[in-house]
Amino acid sequence: MPAVQETVDRVKSIDVDQYKYGFETKIESDRAPKGLDESTVRFISAKKGEPEWMLEWRLEAFRRWKTMSEPNWARVKVNPIDYQDLYYYSAPKTTAGPKSLAEVDPELLKTYAKLGISLHEQEILAGVDPAGRTKVAVDAVFDSVSVVTTFQEELKKAGVIFGSISEAIKNHPELVKKYLGSVVPVTDNFFATLNSAVFSDGSFVYIPKGVRCPMELSTYFRINERNTGQFERTLIIADEGAYVSYLEGCTAPMRDENQLHAAVVELVALEGAEIKYSTVQNWYPGDAQGKGGIYNFVTKRGDCRGNNSKISWTQVETGSAITWKYPSCILRGDNSQGEFYSIAISNGHQQVDSGTKMIHLGKNTSSRIISKGIAAGVSQNTYRGLVSAHRKATNARNFTNCDSLLIGDKCGAHTTPYIEAKNSSAVFEHEATTSKISEDMLFYCRSRGLSGEEAVALVVNGFVKDVLQHLPMEFAVEAQKLIAISLEGSVG
Amino acid sequence: MALLEVKNLQARVEEKDILRGLNLTVNPGEVHAIMGPNGSGKSTLSYVLAGKSDYEVTGGSATLEGEDLLELEPDERAARGLFLAFQYPIEIPGVASMTFLRTAVNAVRKKRGDEELSTPDFLRLVREKAKELNIDQNMLKRPVNVGFSGGEKKRNEILQMAMLEPKMCVLDETDSGLDIDALKIVADGVNRLRAKNRGFLVITHYQRLLDHIVPDVVHVMAKGKIVRTGGPELAHELEAKGYAAYDNAA
Repeated sequence: MPAVQETVDRVKSIDVDQYKYGFETKIESDRAPKGLDESTVRFISAKKGEPEWMLEWRLEAFRRWKTMSEPNWARVKVNPIDYQDLYYYSAPKTTAGPKSLAEVDPELLKTYAKLGISLHEQEILAGVDPAGRTKVAVDAVFDSVSVVTTFQEELKKAGVIFGSISEAIKNHPELVKKYLGSVVPVTDNFFATLNSAVFSDGSFVYIPKGVRCPMELSTYFRINERNTGQFERTLIIADEGAYVSYLEGCTAPMRDENQLHAAVVELVALEGAEIKYSTVQNWYPGDAQGKGGIYNFVTKRGDCRGNNSKISWTQVETGSAITWKYPSCILRGDNSQGEFYSIAISNGHQQVDSGTKMIHLGKNTSSRIISKGIAAGVSQNTYRGLVSAHRKATNARNFTNCDSLLIGDKCGAHTTPYIEAKNSSAVFEHEATTSKISEDMLFYCRSRGLSGEEAVALVVNGFVKDVLQHLPMEFAVEAQKLIAISLEGSVG
Repeated sequence: MALLEVKNLQARVEEKDILRGLNLTVNPGEVHAIMGPNGSGKSTLSYVLAGKSDYEVTGGSATLEGEDLLELEPDERAARGLFLAFQYPIEIPGVASMTFLRTAVNAVRKKRGDEELSTPDFLRLVREKAKELNIDQNMLKRPVNVGFSGGEKKRNEILQMAMLEPKMCVLDETDSGLDIDALKIVADGVNRLRAKNRGFLVITHYQRLLDHIVPDVVHVMAKGKIVRTGGPELAHELEAKGYAAYDNAA
């Protein structure tokens, strides 16, 4: 049998067992009634004990949302979503809000342990080697609610605010009012507007002037409940001269039905500030027939609001049935910089339409896009990117490199770049390649003793190397393993 | 027991018969050369032995130390001790040669039931072997075969061979694309690996490689089989007379 045929057969044989995070945690939960109307929005807001202004903000978004329709320009096929057939709020019953670790339901802690996230500070500390590896503070979001945040005391000493957005709404209303919706307006797009109406929790980070956040910050999201949409909202503000590196990770149990995930992430970098945002996304991708899996419709945007600021997105996307996601940078401040490093892997029936937008508004702004798409199985993998220079964006610079790698011959890779330069001094460069993992390359590796999967993992890791090196050290290794896992069964 | 035993081997590529009943026996410690005109099936033989998937075996057998090779996956053949030095080594962008070597050595060691080499042990071994082959450490930091000169590629193949410690080495036109100095370095590297328990099958179109790697047995291959077998002198005869006599043989 020719190897290409084997490849196809092996891909066909992929089953759900390969999704190692597909367990369900049995915890009683507190849910809003199914469906969405104004009372649902009021229910969520009341559950969270929000002030009146927040409720108004949500209601305005909800009214707006009712007038909008789903975007349909992406290269993805979506089963119709019945927005009235979803739960919009689900919280583990035993947890009213963030608590100290001692009070957290042990079942939850077990769940996170299974995910390989140690919430216990001691355990995290135990993982720190004397060479001075950075510590990682974790905010864990279970279904709709942030359940625990580690290292809060230590962060407080540095003046860093890191916790759930629900808490921030109560404790730091001035910051939330000032920045929430200032990067992704309430009216931005169908999913962002929906999120604005019903978001249940998420992380909030504020780094004060001149502070370099003393450790990596991290959020882990997990969807557990059936038929529950997860709408988290993350807001990160780096004040003048501040620096923060933030990582989010995502998993979900295996479900027959599609689960909706519509998050909004807003980043604000003031003068001279730098935000590094990394994502390792491993939502359940669905089974061999393409049944189930997460619909990941996410709006992520960063605003380089101050001069000399910098925002850098790094993402490793291996999960979700459908990914619709374009982490973007608005380069408003003069000399500001935006970066986007992406590895998007699709296997089985996954569909990915992802990329970035670099909007150059200020003078001497520069951006860099490195995108590596890997398609296997019968998946479709699209890079969609916009680079634009405003009239006043003198000397805007962009470098884009989009490479696609195909494994087998039933998958597709597509590159759709949009380039708009309204300033004649702008210099935009675009490079794109598409290649196939050749049987020759695999045979060469195998003749040196590597198994088929080891060979694919080695070749793919070589292909994505330029991006991996932008991940925080602690997570690069994890990402490398994840890449190998998600491509299991992609070769014969 | 013979190290490599090939009996009546028949194979085809894309519906075309290439090997048509090939017989060959290599004993431990022996160096065999296979010479023959272009299109006689020399490279096909090497690919079939190594297990390339687009080559379909239609008859006969091939065993390594009595074990059926043809039943094994390519990586299992490597683990059992078969090594093919490619005529055209493949480029792997983004993967440092050092990483590749280490992955390969440890993969093979694991399959052989040995412990993986520690980083210091591995580095020591690579340095030693690389030095013998006149390979610069910097070359090992570059992606596998990417931008390598012809000589660098072939030396890299021999380095892999030295690191994997195979029992049976198949060298497919290792002399092609080499100037005389590079040829000498590669040949020296191969000679250093000659050992009592190791066999070599040196496939070449020209006699000049055999001046440096002196074979025990020389075979002439034409139209998919061995048509003549002799000592080293046979290579010289071929060099003088050419392959014309064998074009219509078989």
